[in-house]
Amino acid sequence: MGSLSCALFCGSFMAQLYAQETPADSLKLIHLNEVIVISAGKQLDHQKQRKPLSTLDEFLESSLSVNMVKRGAYAWEPTMNDMASERLAVTIDGMQIFGACTDKMDPITSYVDVSNLAEAEIGSGQQGAMFGSTIGGGINLKLQKSNFKPTGWTGSLESAYESNNKMRVFGGELNYSDEKFYFNLDGIYRKADNYKAGGDKEVLFSQFEKYNFSINSGYKLADGKSISATLIYDKANDVGYPALTMDVSLARAVIGSVGFNQDTLFGNFTNWESKLYYNDIKHTMDDTKRPDVPIHMDMPGWSETAGFYTQANLNKEKNHFFFKLDGFYNKSYAEMTMYPTNSNEPLMFMLTWPDVRTKDVGFYAEDHIPFEKASLKLSARLAYHSNTVADDFGLNSLKIFYPEMDKTNTRFLKSFSAQYHKMLNDFHINGGLSYGERAPSVSEGYGFYLFNSFDNHDYIGDPDLNTESSADANLSVTYKKPIFEITAGANYFHVFNYIIGVVDPTLSTMTIGADGVKFYTNLDYARLFNATLSGRYNISNAFKLTGSVSYHRGVDDAGKNLPLISPLSYRSALDFYKNQYSASLSVDGAGEQINYNPAYGETKTAAYAILSASFGKRFFLQDNDLFLKAGVENIFDTNYSSYTDWNNIPRMGRNLYLTISYSIN
Amino acid sequence: MKTLNYIFAILLLSATFVSCSDDDDNTPVAVDPVEGLNMIYEIPATDHTVQIYSEKQNLEVGYNEISIRIKDMASDKYVTNAAPTWMPMMHMETMEHSAPHSMLTNTEENTVYKGYIVFQMPSNDTEYWEMILNYSLNGQQKEETLRVSVSQPADGMKKTQVFMGADDTRYILAYVNPKDPEVAVNDLQAVLYKMESMMSFPIVENYKITVDPRMPGMGNHSSPNNEDMTYTSATKMYDGKLSLTMTGYWKINLKLMNANGEVLKGEDVTELNPESSLYFELEF
Repeated sequence: MGSLSCALFCGSFMAQLYAQETPADSLKLIHLNEVIVISAGKQLDHQKQRKPLSTLDEFLESSLSVNMVKRGAYAWEPTMNDMASERLAVTIDGMQIFGACTDKMDPITSYVDVSNLAEAEIGSGQQGAMFGSTIGGGINLKLQKSNFKPTGWTGSLESAYESNNKMRVFGGELNYSDEKFYFNLDGIYRKADNYKAGGDKEVLFSQFEKYNFSINSGYKLADGKSISATLIYDKANDVGYPALTMDVSLARAVIGSVGFNQDTLFGNFTNWESKLYYNDIKHTMDDTKRPDVPIHMDMPGWSETAGFYTQANLNKEKNHFFFKLDGFYNKSYAEMTMYPTNSNEPLMFMLTWPDVRTKDVGFYAEDHIPFEKASLKLSARLAYHSNTVADDFGLNSLKIFYPEMDKTNTRFLKSFSAQYHKMLNDFHINGGLSYGERAPSVSEGYGFYLFNSFDNHDYIGDPDLNTESSADANLSVTYKKPIFEITAGANYFHVFNYIIGVVDPTLSTMTIGADGVKFYTNLDYARLFNATLSGRYNISNAFKLTGSVSYHRGVDDAGKNLPLISPLSYRSALDFYKNQYSASLSVDGAGEQINYNPAYGETKTAAYAILSASFGKRFFLQDNDLFLKAGVENIFDTNYSSYTDWNNIPRMGRNLYLTISYSIN
Repeated sequence: MKTLNYIFAILLLSATFVSCSDDDDNTPVAVDPVEGLNMIYEIPATDHTVQIYSEKQNLEVGYNEISIRIKDMASDKYVTNAAPTWMPMMHMETMEHSAPHSMLTNTEENTVYKGYIVFQMPSNDTEYWEMILNYSLNGQQKEETLRVSVSQPADGMKKTQVFMGADDTRYILAYVNPKDPEVAVNDLQAVLYKMESMMSFPIVENYKITVDPRMPGMGNHSSPNNEDMTYTSATKMYDGKLSLTMTGYWKINLKLMNANGEVLKGEDVTELNPESSLYFELEF
């Protein structure tokens, strides 16, 4: 499914492409690398989306800078610049949320749905530091809100069907908005059976079922002063993970927030926005449906986070400041109970996350300084970060490996960045230098025999890991004409104290059948390089051609390949839009994975190319809108897998989809 | 139950407050010297009684810590100068033998005589254990013989090994600690005796016992940072470290080596040899 979607979405939601329509173009370009429009102004934008009710994962994958690591059809893990969750700051509407699964089966992007999102703001490298301490970048998923627009009652009903895995999608939303009050209510339900890879080969345990409900509302207290509240309930059941030895019986999130917004503060500050939030995640793994498990086990995990942020702008004549103070408190707890084959023996129990309490308070500031035909953005984040092991059972468990370890670990995280943008006639030049730090994740610091099916090793955290830091440089050049545009960009990350699992041959595996045990360890350094060439050509008013090619490389301090680094990949699409008709033809592919590392469980992934197409039509029924979209992904039913597919589980074969949406305006 | 806890807590608190405010009255807190122990035998005599305590509900094969008190009926006090000695005896159908045991001492608490016995085998209808106690009471030497029942450990775990070493000596190795194992690095303790004769079981000093804990139910998973047991002269026991990475059934594979490093019993655990012939079992 993923492959198709990336083909289908390629290019068309790139901020660079949209940005030209907004006057703040250059500002936005420098501010964030990319904004993926998910459903802002839904009624208008449906036509532009190749597959409107696709999963959020597919939308994210359409981004130039985001790749998705897949363990099945559901809950893909976003990566940016070839770095995954622990090196990224991923937030939902500015809220920090942490998955409750020790095996990263629930990246937080799996707890929202396209139905309640407006856009994904993506900042590469330290451009994402606004959302939290990061190395690789930041993604903020913005929720859809009416924001006191005088639209009155609106609503829509949507449904989609996909042939390959018989996915049924039903969604609806009801909105009311006036100058004083608004609310947005929406729900979506998805149910999918096993999908079939190319050649009609069923991929067992790739089914899923998910609900998502959300309510957003706001009330204007006075002119320029409002309060808002959000509640999201997301629940997935019976989620199969073909690449793993177990599935998920429950992944549930309750996400809530209250906000206070004021247009001005102390006279000088503007757009003062504050939020208090809380979220509670529960994740339960389940292997009872799997045949031939060597030992049955329960692995529930919990993650609770409470946090806040408050931010404001300060516009001076030459300097545009933005300040943000944020903080969160997270509690991560996970356990594992194994049921011995001999039922007379007692249950085997361990704490895989020993109730780690993370406190983080950060201050972020940026200054955007416009010059004539140029601009400079300076930004910095300073954060206090501490981890405490609150459970004595867990502390004693870890002390088996680290007899001298402290209960609490405290660090200061710093980030600095300077980004310069220059316009020379039709050329835009963007360049930047930055430095950032991040604390080890709960798994990296405190994980206890976490099994990773990718390299078939048990992982043990190290509470005494050094802070990982990165110095990075980026440069991009865009040549822009009204009818065409071409951008060449590259970035380089020199990551110090790069955290990765290193085998300790003296240790005995816990998981039956595992090849060994790895400790999370700081390498002296690792180097990552990414380069992208992308372009757009408006053939006519109706036809538009887009394309991009990207190259990635990641090596460790011994010159060995890092895992999960993309081979050369490319995508191209031809889009047509005229008189309420839309159509697209897209190709998505990757070269052979030359740089892989068997030590990390990688095998060489072969080259592939996937062709997809879509057709849409919008009908006006009195004041209302009916929009139909149909498409076919992986037209030639190619059997393939990409470098991101765990254990080379093949991706979805040919898939036909039909989306209907009816909106009442 | 919860309410009771609260009431108890309140009582305790108020007691603390009372004692705080009362500086003159220095009543020592009366600690029951046999708290948490079970009185498993009581031998009534005309002018005194002998009480025998154990942590367990009854005596079991293996290492048993035993506490003895003698109460003088005349003074209604526990005797502090009884200087007791003891001798465990197994009466089998064709022979008799004793068991490894320590001296009885009252150094911790002067009314309680503590020691331990390592029973090598359980008793049954025809073969039984006796404990012969000698002690003095008011200047008179007394002897009591008590028939005791010794059962296999309630949890069915093998914690005592009686074996012939490669040096043709019969050894008795018994697990002492940890009594309540935890997922942690535990202090591992055992006693080692050799059988010189039916009646003589001297402590073996300065040998070494290697430690390799395994979980047969988890593909023979092992744990790191264990320490071999070596002899501690102060306690006359063998001390080491035992890491347990999870709860469940563990087999502690052992190897006994003499002072010259020669293996007397037990084998290394390898792919082909999943367990040693010398081991302890535990479950928690």
